[in-house]
Amino acid sequence: MRVVIGEGSCGIAAGAGGVHAKLEELFAQSNPTDAELGITGCNGMCFLEPIVDVYDNKGELHRLVKVQEKDAQAIYDAVVANDLSLVDTLAITAEDEAFLNKQTRVALRDCGVIDPESIDDYLAHEGYAAITKILTTGMSQEDVIQQIDIAGLRGRGGAGFSTAFKWRAARDSKGDQKYLICNADEGDPGAFMDRAVIEGDPHSLIEGMLIGAYSIGASEGIVYVRAEYPLAIVRLTKAIEDATERGYLGNNICGSDFSFTLRIKAGAGAFVCGEETALIESLEGKRGMPRLKPPFPAQAGYWLKPSNINNVETYANVAWIINNGGEAFAAMGTKDSKGTKVFALSGKIARGGLVEVPMGTTLREVIYGIGGGIRDNKEFKAVQLGGPSGGCVPASKLDTVIDYNELAATGAIMGSGGMVVMDESTCMASMARFFLDFTAKESCGKCVHCRMGTKRMLEILDRIVAGEGQEGDVEKLEDLCYAIKDGALCGLGQTAPNPVLTTIRYFRDELEAHIAEHRCPAGECQALISYSINKDVCVGCTACARQCPVHAISGSPKQPHEIDQTICIKCGNCKTACRFGAVVVA
Amino acid sequence: MSKLPPSDLSLIEPTLKTYANTPGSLIAILQATQEAYGYLPMDVMEHIAQKTNTPIATIVGVATFYAQFRLEPVGKNLIMLCQGTACHVNSSELISKAITDELGIEDGQTTEDGLFSLEHVACLGCCSLSPVMMINGQTYGRLTPDKARKVIRSIAAASKEGDEQA
Repeated sequence: MRVVIGEGSCGIAAGAGGVHAKLEELFAQSNPTDAELGITGCNGMCFLEPIVDVYDNKGELHRLVKVQEKDAQAIYDAVVANDLSLVDTLAITAEDEAFLNKQTRVALRDCGVIDPESIDDYLAHEGYAAITKILTTGMSQEDVIQQIDIAGLRGRGGAGFSTAFKWRAARDSKGDQKYLICNADEGDPGAFMDRAVIEGDPHSLIEGMLIGAYSIGASEGIVYVRAEYPLAIVRLTKAIEDATERGYLGNNICGSDFSFTLRIKAGAGAFVCGEETALIESLEGKRGMPRLKPPFPAQAGYWLKPSNINNVETYANVAWIINNGGEAFAAMGTKDSKGTKVFALSGKIARGGLVEVPMGTTLREVIYGIGGGIRDNKEFKAVQLGGPSGGCVPASKLDTVIDYNELAATGAIMGSGGMVVMDESTCMASMARFFLDFTAKESCGKCVHCRMGTKRMLEILDRIVAGEGQEGDVEKLEDLCYAIKDGALCGLGQTAPNPVLTTIRYFRDELEAHIAEHRCPAGECQALISYSINKDVCVGCTACARQCPVHAISGSPKQPHEIDQTICIKCGNCKTACRFGAVVVA
Repeated sequence: MSKLPPSDLSLIEPTLKTYANTPGSLIAILQATQEAYGYLPMDVMEHIAQKTNTPIATIVGVATFYAQFRLEPVGKNLIMLCQGTACHVNSSELISKAITDELGIEDGQTTEDGLFSLEHVACLGCCSLSPVMMINGQTYGRLTPDKARKVIRSIAAASKEGDEQA
């Protein structure tokens, strides 16, 4: 039997490390059936972490979920007894299994399947088959790019630019040295698919980059990884070492005259470095401020040499396309958006995690069909797509299909794939303020529209959520939005108004309620709400009074309690502490 | 900051040697500096400026541009509280308040006993466990204000115990 523990960052955060250590200890003491212990990356079912996959002697998978350290003994006993029915209580339910079964996995094909630290495991799963095929059957640069073109692969990082077009441009640029760069600076709050790919299947990224490098004629590659992803850096470092040792990186790869080396550059924390020219500045050791385009990186990028930049998910699709043919990829999706897309489903969702679906799937199918809808039986309000560059899509647009153009028509964007779901208790004004706060902080300051514009917008949103909004604020916001969109230098500024524009478009009444009635309909904005205790529901357990930091709650045990509004600081501790739902927000 | 004793410049020598002939290494050098000193001391940055023949303004410019770099020493335990969208939606603000209540520090500050520093950080990428904080590389997910307080109290207790033994 083989016991495999899911150890992506999120699995480890949920406690997979402790489970692993305990199992290791038990098997080290005695292992009568020669069971193997291994690890794998994140399979995307984050809501069930930590996950332990047991493959029985017939190779059949038994998936155990929400495993705690204390369950290790039972798992060990079941494995030794060769009877997995002993741990049936941990087995995944058919309902939860649907989360995976309803997906189509291309970029995530090996995530949660193979051991990310073993190149042999990758090789056993068609690993490096695509680059070997290219180099040993004499496919030309154009042959490769043509397959990518037929596939219709578009950038998965946000802008959705044609990959084949970028590769051709870089290939056609004259230069003694060309660079191939991977953007793994996944800065979108709420997106973590690139982390999962690097942590779960680092060789697929390396192979995608090899194919890209061959196509444009680059001999040097760099992966720019966020510093916040330490595990991804560790695993990618090992993968690069192993691939170099096996001759998939270095000189004369597969006996051809193609040579390519790859190194990692750790980012230092700046959202704007997701913009390709800012990323290049950062690679050169400077402040990550965007350059004026043109020239484009394909003409003058890293050290002013022709360079090509794609993001992790884009590269992760490449080997699959070469192995299966561009047509197979293009067979999935819509007219303008081919293949699949990975989304990071989070927020108030019942089943959150990584979801990969063919383009053309509806938002409803992803959120309700796969994600299981809203947690705690609450009402769906909106889904935020594309992070600080995207927007909030309301319930009336849930049947929108996932397609670059269709999503853009809603005012949101495909983006890198963050999908944060909100319920009735999320205030949309506060949400818009949250994103502007983010972009205002992350604005690099180079151009006035972004630097000053986002700041002015934030000030207006600040006063709206504080209940001090003024008549005409919404119109002022709109004016600023269009000015910034038109005037900003780079993608960060040009898209920064999107979260506010979609809020105005779909939730204008909520903004107006804050301004005109000094009311927060969602009951979130502290300045506009008050807490009180429903006497009919309160059982007088005193839990709220004990949690109140300012002693604003009075009442005898077993008698309904009361909040003194003149003392209350609206921290919400009482509401969190109450197990009976007696604390109400108005 | 002027009260701090001069830094031991020898700690950075191997790094300066490694990157001596590699252009564009300033960020990597500063990352190694922070690794060695826990933050970026002004005198070390001046030393780097001299050795790499780079204007000090350029170095401070880079150091202040990126969120990762700190210009002041950090507490023994660094609390990185995630400010991502999913955490925001799942009430990370309440966690922030609980930490501030418990330790009396706000974002960017360090407790007087030097035990804890609080830093609000961009998304940690563990969105499905939100709200999340990371302390000394360990992630704590699905936080409630109460759970966050308990985690901090147990780390404080462990730190003090460790000091007594040492």
